[in-house]
Amino acid sequence: MRATRKKRLYLVLLMVVGIGVAVGFALNAFNQNLMFFYSPSEVAAGKAPAAHAFRLGGLVTEGSVQRQANGLTVRFDVTDNAKTVTVEYTGILPDLFREGQGIVAHGQLRSDGVFVADEVLAKHDENYMPPEVAKALEEAHEEGKASMPPGKTTP
Amino acid sequence: MPAFVRYLAPLLAFLALAALLYKGLSLDPHKVPSPLIDKPAPAFSLPLLKDPGKTLSADELRGKVWLLNVWATWCVSCRAEHPVLMQLAASGKVPVYGLNYKDKREAALRWLQRYGNPYTANAFDADGRVGIDWGVYGTPETFIIDKEGVIRHKHIGPITPEVLRSEIYPIVEKLERAG
Amino acid sequence: MIPELGHYALILALCLAIVQATVPLAGTFTRTPAWIALARPVAWGQFLFLSLAFLALVHAFLVDDFSVRYVAQHGNTLLPEIYKISAVWGAHEGSLLLWVFILGGWTVAVSLFGRHLPDAVLARVLSVMGMISIGFLLFLLMTSNPFARVFPVPAEGGELNPLLQDPGLAVHPPMLYMGYVGMSVAFAFAISALLGGKLDAAWARWSRPWTLVAWVFLTLGIALGSWWAYYELGWGGWWFWDPVENASFMPWLAGTALIHSLAVTEKRGAFKRWTVLLALLAFSLSLLGTFLVRSGVLTSVHAFASDPARGLFILMFLMVVIGGSLLLYAIRAPDISRGGGFDILSRESLLLGNNVLLVLTTALVLLGTLAPLIYDAFGWGKISVGFPWFNTMFVTFMPLLVVLMGAGPLTRWKHQDPAMLARRLKLALLISIGGGIITALPWLSGSLAAGFAVALSLWLLTTLFASLRQRLQHKPGLRGLVQDFNSRGGRSYYGMLLAHLGVAVFIIGVTFVSQFDIEEDVRMSPGQEYQMGDYRFRFEGAKTVDGPNYRARRGTLRVFRGEREVALLHPEKRTYTVQTRPMTEAGIEPGLLRDIYVSLGEPLGNGDWSLRLYYKPMVRWIWLGCLFMAAGGGLAASDPRYRQLLRRSRRSGDLPAAAQGAGSHA
Repeated sequence: MRATRKKRLYLVLLMVVGIGVAVGFALNAFNQNLMFFYSPSEVAAGKAPAAHAFRLGGLVTEGSVQRQANGLTVRFDVTDNAKTVTVEYTGILPDLFREGQGIVAHGQLRSDGVFVADEVLAKHDENYMPPEVAKALEEAHEEGKASMPPGKTTP
Repeated sequence: MPAFVRYLAPLLAFLALAALLYKGLSLDPHKVPSPLIDKPAPAFSLPLLKDPGKTLSADELRGKVWLLNVWATWCVSCRAEHPVLMQLAASGKVPVYGLNYKDKREAALRWLQRYGNPYTANAFDADGRVGIDWGVYGTPETFIIDKEGVIRHKHIGPITPEVLRSEIYPIVEKLERAG
Repeated sequence: MIPELGHYALILALCLAIVQATVPLAGTFTRTPAWIALARPVAWGQFLFLSLAFLALVHAFLVDDFSVRYVAQHGNTLLPEIYKISAVWGAHEGSLLLWVFILGGWTVAVSLFGRHLPDAVLARVLSVMGMISIGFLLFLLMTSNPFARVFPVPAEGGELNPLLQDPGLAVHPPMLYMGYVGMSVAFAFAISALLGGKLDAAWARWSRPWTLVAWVFLTLGIALGSWWAYYELGWGGWWFWDPVENASFMPWLAGTALIHSLAVTEKRGAFKRWTVLLALLAFSLSLLGTFLVRSGVLTSVHAFASDPARGLFILMFLMVVIGGSLLLYAIRAPDISRGGGFDILSRESLLLGNNVLLVLTTALVLLGTLAPLIYDAFGWGKISVGFPWFNTMFVTFMPLLVVLMGAGPLTRWKHQDPAMLARRLKLALLISIGGGIITALPWLSGSLAAGFAVALSLWLLTTLFASLRQRLQHKPGLRGLVQDFNSRGGRSYYGMLLAHLGVAVFIIGVTFVSQFDIEEDVRMSPGQEYQMGDYRFRFEGAKTVDGPNYRARRGTLRVFRGEREVALLHPEKRTYTVQTRPMTEAGIEPGLLRDIYVSLGEPLGNGDWSLRLYYKPMVRWIWLGCLFMAAGGGLAASDPRYRQLLRRSRRSGDLPAAAQGAGSHA
């Protein structure tokens, strides 16, 4: 009986240690992979990290999209109707990217204050606005300018 | 301590999860009042639906209470709302201006011919940019604008006779009296 | 008229579900045979009415009955017939109707194939399934009636989301739901065992084939979804760790743990409490998936219905079903007897390791999925968990699982002599490490990850082969193989073999496509050529073409390898007439060893286009691996011994737990 007990104890111990190590590792990695969301106002206020990737969301300013003459680099402004951040992206923009549309860009700030995106997302529904963008707009709006409420599908 | 207490752990874990999910429900990101209420109506100048040569702008409408109804032929609920708008127009209480949103001109004109035209005039917003300025996120939506050009009310979704009676008319009457 | 009939049919189905959930269950307590006998006919009746309701909605779509609000929103006269049918489950109300319809189908299947079960067990199982059905029918009728009318009737419908107008996605939800709902069978068996207070190995044996079949559907559903995302979303990815994908993946992980744990409970009578808990978990995660998708708590590409009222209803339902069953578990678990003991090194302990790893992974996926919600709820800010995290978790824990997976079939139940196991595994270990090192050599692939993947796959292959050789020791030749295949437990074993082989194929696919794929965004003028890797792409311009309900710009590309033309591709950019949204339709040249994949970006003037070119080596192996797993599961579920055992158990009442199968092999 005793031997069985001991065996069981070892097995349980082995499992507890194993799971503990695994969970510790997972949570550590988790913290490194968290991506915070910042609005243009927060970026302007210097709240966004300089050397860490984050997500930037807002509306693409009307008339701000500039394409490089014979390459694929695009520059455009993203605004929350209070502050504006210039975004640079090389590659193909999503189907639903349009001026005035809410987008979320993933990337890093360059030293000249331009946000260099490695991914630009516009959601699949043309009336959809990512909740973070809606929230950012709503908050920026308290400073006084008109903005757009969050999206929902057309009834 | 009864024996089953040891086995309650999964239940407790689930209850914690359920509490979180409940909190998540009340965090609903969709429920925000329109930030445009009591703000000056965004300016626009758009071609008329019937006559692309002419334009309609928000400034022209200063000095009277008016309604802006955002609609489109591809919108099922707009069709449902249409008879109520006809009724509203017939009452003569307030002029209804239309913002034909992300639509095709021929389709919109055909619609008006077929179902009747409740609008004093229709602005044609083919690419939806004015709609974005106005914070439109679905059709139909209806705004009430006062004599100073300030948005006083926004109704999302189709107007029903009930909405007309309990929301639209009282607000319009109040605004008319106000100045 | 027909939509109203559909609505009434739903109400009648609800009435029958209530009877099904209460009367037979009460009968098992009062021992009233007439009440117990009611379970089967009532279940059939319920299914009949559910079928009528479902057909009524299909009919409404086929005849474009836009007086039904749901049809007006998601149907359209221009839709091709097949998408009119798939539009039925293209959005919230209809997909819920499909959910209960499938639940009704599973219930009838249980009542048919479970004829060999003791009457009381069958009655309890059907009652539990009836309770689930009540919840979903109430949800449908109270918050999401698919038959609600709209007045005045619109002239034209709103059309199905163009993304969903695709053969892959037409069958993806039914497959997935078959899996989700199928997990309810194992759940019902577990609950019925807890209710009856007789938690021996019998319930595990009964629910094992059902769980396998549900798992097969889940596997196929997920694979289909991944394949669809790959070719339809136009950016070449096959898995995004999107909340909706995670919602289907979590029950799969728990279900995988469950089918392994059920094996231990069936054969050795061990892990009894754990297996019950897993059965509850697998189905709870299916329900949670439904909640996450339907409530709008987490927004995602697929979340089509987001309505807090509906969310609240599902949450209450979750509380009743999951909370109730876990409470029942807490009350009954102390009475469950311990199973057979086992050593630190035994097949049981390896399977325990498998379960721990799978459940741990499930928990991590759940954490990653809910993290944005947790942060938001506590006001810590808006976050998202980057998919690199999910990938890291997988790459860390899955290899351990694969190591166990290889050793498991070669290890004996109860007690394994370590020296003997080491001897059996030595060759396999040498071959896999050698193969891995060779693959990683700089002039072969130069990729450590690829070497690692090859080593893991070889490990699986060689151990599976060793296990097969050991099994066929006394049955030589092809005849021995055929004879063994047809023996009791034969299909179970070969199913396992096939499924594990699928894992090996899957590993190769995933690693190679992530290590060696090439992706480039380029700007091309008509007639221009571009060299990428071994392939030369020639762009021949884009022109406008019309489809049934869309207008498209269709590009033409010729792809050459050396001087030989290997592919003619037509990527498209579509605009659907009703919803006027643009859609990218990729041009794909599939192959067993590589895919060439091109999608059209945007026009840049003068006939120039931005294009995205991909070279995706061995990407098909991902889905091929899934197909192997599913086929293996299906093979195992068809093992004749389940039917024989059921028949026998019928005769002798219940079987003693571990007495059976102690010597058998699978």
